[in-house]
Amino acid sequence: MAKTSEKVAAPPLTMMSVVAPAAGWLIPGAGHLIQKRWGRGLLLMVSVVTMFVLGLMMQGRIYHPNGGDILDILGFVGDVGAGGLYIVTVVKDWGQGAIAQATADYGTKYLIVAGLLNFISVADAYHIAIGKKP
Amino acid sequence: MNLQLSHFTAAALFALFASIVFGITQRTGVREQVRYGLYCFVMFVGGVFVAGWVMWFLRR
Repeated sequence: MAKTSEKVAAPPLTMMSVVAPAAGWLIPGAGHLIQKRWGRGLLLMVSVVTMFVLGLMMQGRIYHPNGGDILDILGFVGDVGAGGLYIVTVVKDWGQGAIAQATADYGTKYLIVAGLLNFISVADAYHIAIGKKP
Repeated sequence: MNLQLSHFTAAALFALFASIVFGITQRTGVREQVRYGLYCFVMFVGGVFVAGWVMWFLRR
């Protein structure tokens, strides 16, 4: 049986392939904007930022770094995906969460999903930078 | 500021923003992105209605 051992070439490490994902994480949509994908970048920025801000306005809870319950750890991983928005929120001590409100739980989910969506847009910015996606 | 949305509004806004990101990131051409974004939105909101009816039947 013929052995098919074709090695997949590693994508070239360019300055843009490092800067775009980093910028995209710090400022949602910026990874696309610095690559001149204006429409996509603005839509991603508006979507992620609006979702995060709505989460805060609904009195959602921000997770801090922790080593306790697995759901708390996963909540932190999701939140931290929002990058600069998460940092500003922690510094300003926002996102304390209001347990008494039913909609506050929606807010917490909005905050986590905004971060997770930003992770996807960071990966997309990287794919554009290495030429895998137009 | 304290924002209180209804269950449906919260779900619809969630579907809208998630669909935009999915559409942009999961497809390449503009036409495909719009189509996939709309598909995701319909599936999200449709899922809300299905889940709502399932819960209604379970409750009876």
